[in-house]
Formats: sequence, structure tokens, C-alpha cells
Amino acid sequence: MSWDETQPMVSIKDVHKSFGDLEVLKGVSLDVMKGEVICIIGPSGSGKSTLIRCVNALNDIQQGSILVEGQEVNDPNLDKLELRKKVGMVFQQYNLFPHKTALQNVMMAPIRVLKQNKDEVEERARALIKKVRLEGKEDAFPGELSGGQQQRVAIARSLAMRPDVMLFDEVTAALDPETVGEVLQTIKDLAEDGMTCILVTHEMGFAREVADHIYFTDRGVIVEHGPPATFFDDAKDPRTKEFLSQIL
Amino acid sequence: MSEYKTDLPVMLKAPPPAQDSQPLKLTAWHLGALAAVCVFVSTVSFAQSGEDRESVFTVLFRWMPLLLQGFVFNLAISFLSMAVGTIVGAGLGLAQISLNPAVQKSSWFITQFFRNAPWLVLLFFAMFLLPFQIDLGFFEIPFPDWVKAVIGLSLPVMANVSEIVRGAVLSLPSGQWEAAESLAFSRRQTLWQIILPQCVKRMLPPWMNLYSILTMATVLASIVGVSEVMTLTGRALAAEGGRTDLLAPFYSFVLLLFFIYCYPIARWTVRLEKKFAVIN
Amino acid sequence: MENFYEWFRVLYDETGINLPFIYDSFDRKRMIAGFFMTVWLSLVCLFFSVIIGMIGAWLQGSPLKWTRRIVNGYIQIFRNTPPLVQLYFFYFAIGSMLPRVETEWGGTAPMLGSFAWAAISLSFFAGAFNVEIFRSGVEAVPKSTVEAAEAMGFTRLQIYRDITLPLALRVALPALNNNLVNLVKTTTLAYAIAVPEMLYQANQIWSDNVNVTEMMIFLLLAYFFLVGVLVWGMNRWERALKIPGFGQ
Repeated sequence: MSWDETQPMVSIKDVHKSFGDLEVLKGVSLDVMKGEVICIIGPSGSGKSTLIRCVNALNDIQQGSILVEGQEVNDPNLDKLELRKKVGMVFQQYNLFPHKTALQNVMMAPIRVLKQNKDEVEERARALIKKVRLEGKEDAFPGELSGGQQQRVAIARSLAMRPDVMLFDEVTAALDPETVGEVLQTIKDLAEDGMTCILVTHEMGFAREVADHIYFTDRGVIVEHGPPATFFDDAKDPRTKEFLSQIL
Repeated sequence: MSEYKTDLPVMLKAPPPAQDSQPLKLTAWHLGALAAVCVFVSTVSFAQSGEDRESVFTVLFRWMPLLLQGFVFNLAISFLSMAVGTIVGAGLGLAQISLNPAVQKSSWFITQFFRNAPWLVLLFFAMFLLPFQIDLGFFEIPFPDWVKAVIGLSLPVMANVSEIVRGAVLSLPSGQWEAAESLAFSRRQTLWQIILPQCVKRMLPPWMNLYSILTMATVLASIVGVSEVMTLTGRALAAEGGRTDLLAPFYSFVLLLFFIYCYPIARWTVRLEKKFAVIN
Repeated sequence: MENFYEWFRVLYDETGINLPFIYDSFDRKRMIAGFFMTVWLSLVCLFFSVIIGMIGAWLQGSPLKWTRRIVNGYIQIFRNTPPLVQLYFFYFAIGSMLPRVETEWGGTAPMLGSFAWAAISLSFFAGAFNVEIFRSGVEAVPKSTVEAAEAMGFTRLQIYRDITLPLALRVALPALNNNLVNLVKTTTLAYAIAVPEMLYQANQIWSDNVNVTEMMIFLLLAYFFLVGVLVWGMNRWERALKIPGFGQ
């Protein structure tokens, strides 16, 4: 199984996913190249979150194929550890471990899962916390941090695994408006550093600014996609137009 | 979680399980598994026993009526202890919420004293410290061992009922008291007509749980020589000449008796808890 | 010290309050031995019952149906049968099936003594309750927190050990506290198989001295003391485990 950087880093083909009788994804395909930032937008319940949860195998799919660096995710014998080393994920609800400090949250997975040297991990973790602009908060517990701060710790925690691609699942949806900016800034920094990112978001302005490509999903299918400029200013599909007119 | 605290490990009520948790959905196979264990153990012992001896099952079968009688005696002890403990305990519990500080303090102390003592020690307490009869001058009330056992077991029941009552009353929102007061109810009226009727539902599950624990505690009476099922089992085993292959089947039989009796109570308790949790 | 002992001898002569376990060196030794036997038995059972609780709660989350069923069967059987009969079953029935071992004097003795059986039996008994207690704690841990750990490649065991259990423990502590208090009181059952614990020694002393009342009151106070120490210790533990900003 060879993969090189000329091929898509994440390649989703004709993915179908149902929860019981409810079909959430009805044949979705998209490709993400290395270093690309893509945003998936669309009304609630259109399957956006489900789609990216499938990418790191938190949800399984019934049909189709998801390749991450050439590795098939839709495979019963999938080595989930291998996959999750490559794919980092940040959640809407931050999901920090409440009994660990910010620094410990960041250090935990590299030490426990990747069995890396503690001193080296700590050095990296401190650098990451600095990178997300939380210097001085290393020893704070999640319960002592604001939502925006927790979310930035969560981003640092994901980065500590040195993933090749990052998934962001509506990471600003649960935040107070005044802390949204700091989290978006952190993601923007990442994107500028060349990290491959897949974002599910409702922040249209942000999507327009950072994304290389926008996908619009509705009722389990991708309705329309394109580079931000074309997408936002020159949408073709009536459903896209309606959505954009409501939100902008 | 209610405020009701427990006294033997058995008293700890299981937290209401999530809708799809399994422990309560299994019935038949539970009994089946237990029976299988008994049969297995018995067969193993049967295999060990010599040919000239009666089979384990024949022996067990012969003693079964006597053991069942003993078990009925256990149940009788449990009913009586529960009745005495509940009546005295309810009074003690109401005394705990009395406005008179002396009454409140002393009833609290009595409750804590009996709640924190091991059941077996309380049973000894009753056995040795109660007279074998009470002389009323014109009439003598005899106190045979089993009556002492009933009293000994009702002491921890009393203390736990007291806590159940107190906990249930305190768990009601204070608004109920205030509303009644504003409608010019007296404290006594409020308690009997407003508060207690609402408490009964809250008290029922822990009370049933307590009963189940009490039932299992009745075997403690064997230690102090009451002829209940455990004592009879010991005698039966001795009468059979101390055959070791009989031990497992006989003890399993006693375990099974209690399981058949207590398991449905436990399930029913959980059901009630769930039901009331929804209403409240 | 001698004066102190002597005072109690005088007390007996003057008032009839007989406390031989203070002034009589033989009874004193018995009582102290009994007290520490109860403490030791309690500690052993506390330890193993908590271990059983933790392992049982983990097995209850197993994807294998039969593993869950066996754990549930264990819980239901041990919760709904008298602990005293369980103890007899272990000590007499199972004890008699085990091979006997040779003693240093050339005779044979049961492989496990009464103390060992009491420890095993009571640990399993209290353990059945601890499984339920830990399970309810595990259920209180948000699924999304577990998911975050999954997304970082933690294995099921790692998640349980590093995330779920530490959080569940904090939720379960009050109930655990309660059950362990009961366990200490239940150690009196070991009396029935002649483990020389506190009740047993007290019984010996009152048989020799006919001072049941005094011994009873002493016993009740002694168990009060033990339970008090345990509750104090558990409360300290609870405070030590408190995480800033979690679970107020």
C-alpha cells in the first residue's frame, strides 16, 4: 500500500452511513490533498459531523471507502491505533479529561499510547501550550479554564500526537462569542503552518478566510463545492443559495 | 441517590441502572445458572462418594421438608423483626425531626448507635442482656431465644427505618412545609396530612431493601442457637455422619432458598425505584 | 501504666464494672490481638473487594455477552444470599474439596485456614456491591470524554484505567464509603468460623469473666471507633481526589 503526496491525503468515496433506519450519508465523496484546508458547511442534521467522525473510525460506515494516506478505514481489520496516530480530532465539547491538568492532558496520549519518552513529550507539550497561547495555564485543571481556553488545550492535545491531518467538529459551536476568536486564530495559525485540516463549521467568515475548498452538504449528500470565492459569491444550487442567504 | 444510608453491605441499593443495562433484565437464566452450579457441585461430590452410600440427592431430598420448615421460621422471624423495627423505627425517625432539641438529639444518638453497630453484635446484645422472662408480678412473659433474636434483629432495622423516615422527610422540598404553614396547617397536621403521605413512596424502596437484608440476616440467629434453617442444616449434616460430599449441596440449597426469596424482592425494589424516579 | 491498669482493678472491686481486658495482661493480649485481627481482616477485604469492584465494572462493559452475564450472575447471587451462608459454603463446602497439605509436624491441614476463607468470602460479598457502585460511576462518565480518548488511539483498557476509572471513582466514592463501612461491620461474621477477631475474643473474655454487659458496650464502642477511622480516612481521600472545577 503505497501512498505519496501527489495522491489525496484523505479520499472519501461514495460513503453511506445509517443509524438504524435513518440514512445520514447517502453517497458522499471528497478528496483532501496534503496541506489543504477544507470546510464542510450545511444545515444541522445534514451529516457533516458524522462524515468527519467516520474519517477516524469513531463511526463505522456501511458502504463506500475512506482512504487516509492510502489506508482503508472501512475495514474490519483496521489498525485503529495506526489511523488515530495520523488523524487528530477536536470536538465541539472539548472533552478534556477533567482529572488532569492542561499539561497532563496534552502529554497523556503520547506517553500512554505512543510510549514516547516523558521528558521529550513534556518539552513538546509545553511548546504546544505556548503555541496555542496558553502559557501559564499548564497546571490549571479544565474546570478552571474558560471554554475557549479548554478548546485550545484540546487542540494542543491533538497536535501532541503529531497527526498528519486534523479534524475539527464544530469546535466553536459551544463557545461564548467572545472566546470564538481566539480558537479560530489558533486554527488559522495551524493552517498557515501547512497542517491538513478538515473543518465542520458554522463560521462562514472564517471558512471563507482559511479554506482552500468549501463543501456544502444537505440531507446526506454534497450539494455543491468549490473554492471560497466562487462558492460564496457564485453559488449555483438553489439549496446552497437559500442556506447562504439565511446565514450571511 | 436517596439520603438513606445502609448498614450491612447488602443494604446498599443499586443505583438506578441505565435504560439498557443488563443486570435486571435477566431472570430465568439467573436461576438456571444457580441451579446449574448446585447440580455441578453436587455431581462432583457425588462422583467422590462411595457406592455403598446413599446418593447426595436422596439425602438432600429426605431433609428438604425439615430445611423448608426452618426456612419458614426464618421468614417468620423476618416478618416479626420487620414489624417491630418498622413501628419503633418510624417513631424514632419522627422524633429525629422533632423541634424539641432534646428529643431530636437523643433520637439521633439512638439511631446512630444502632445503625453503626454490627448486626451480629446487636444480636448477641439481645441474647445475653435480655432476661429469659419478664416478671409482671401476676404474669410472667417468657422470652425464648427466638423472641430475643426477633428483638435483636429489630434493633438495626429500627435504626435504619428511623434514617429512612428522616431522609424521606428531609428530601421533600421545604416549599411544602411553607405552603402548608401559609395555609394555617399546624405542624402536626402538615406532617401527617401533607408530608408523610408524600414520603411513603420515597420510603418504600429502601424499606423493601432493608427487609431483604433483614431476611438474609436471620441466619445469624443460628450463631446464637435458634433452630432456623442454618442450624437445622448443621444438624442434618451432623446426623448424616459428617459426609463432606453433602456440604456443598446442602449449603447450596440454603443459598438457593434465600436467592429465590430475595432476588424477586430486589428486582421489584429496583422497579419501584425507577417508577418513582420518573414520577418525582 | 501499671497504676492505670490497677485503677481498673479497683474499679471492678468497688463498682463491679469488670474490664479484665484492661487490667488483666492475658485478656489484654487477647483483646489487642482480636482488635488487630479485625483491622487486618477489614483491610484485606477492603483491598480485594475494591479490586473486584474495579475489575467487575470493567468486565461489565465488555462487548462479550457471556462475560457480562457471568459478572451479573455473580453480583445477583452474592447480593441476594446471606453472607453467613456464603461464608459457610466457602469454608466448609469448598474448603473440604481442596486438597490437604502436610504440616511441618507431619499431619495434614486444610490448604486455606479460616482467616483466608473469611477474607475470600467477604471480599467477594462486598465486591459484588462494589461492582455495582463502580458501574454506576462509570455510567456517569460522559460518553464524549471516552470518545476523545478513543480518537487519540487509547485502547479499551487504557481508557478504563486512565480516564473512566479515575473519574468513576470520584463519583462512586460516597457509595463506596458506605459499602466499606458495612464491610467492616460484616467482618464480625468471621466469628462463625472461629477467626479470632474482635467479637470472637470478646466472647472468650466474657465466657471466662461473665461480664457480658461490659464487653458488649466495649465492642460497640470499638466498632464505632473503627468505622469512625474509616469514614475519616475516606473523607480525606475524597478531599484529596477533588479536582478543581469538576463535579460540584
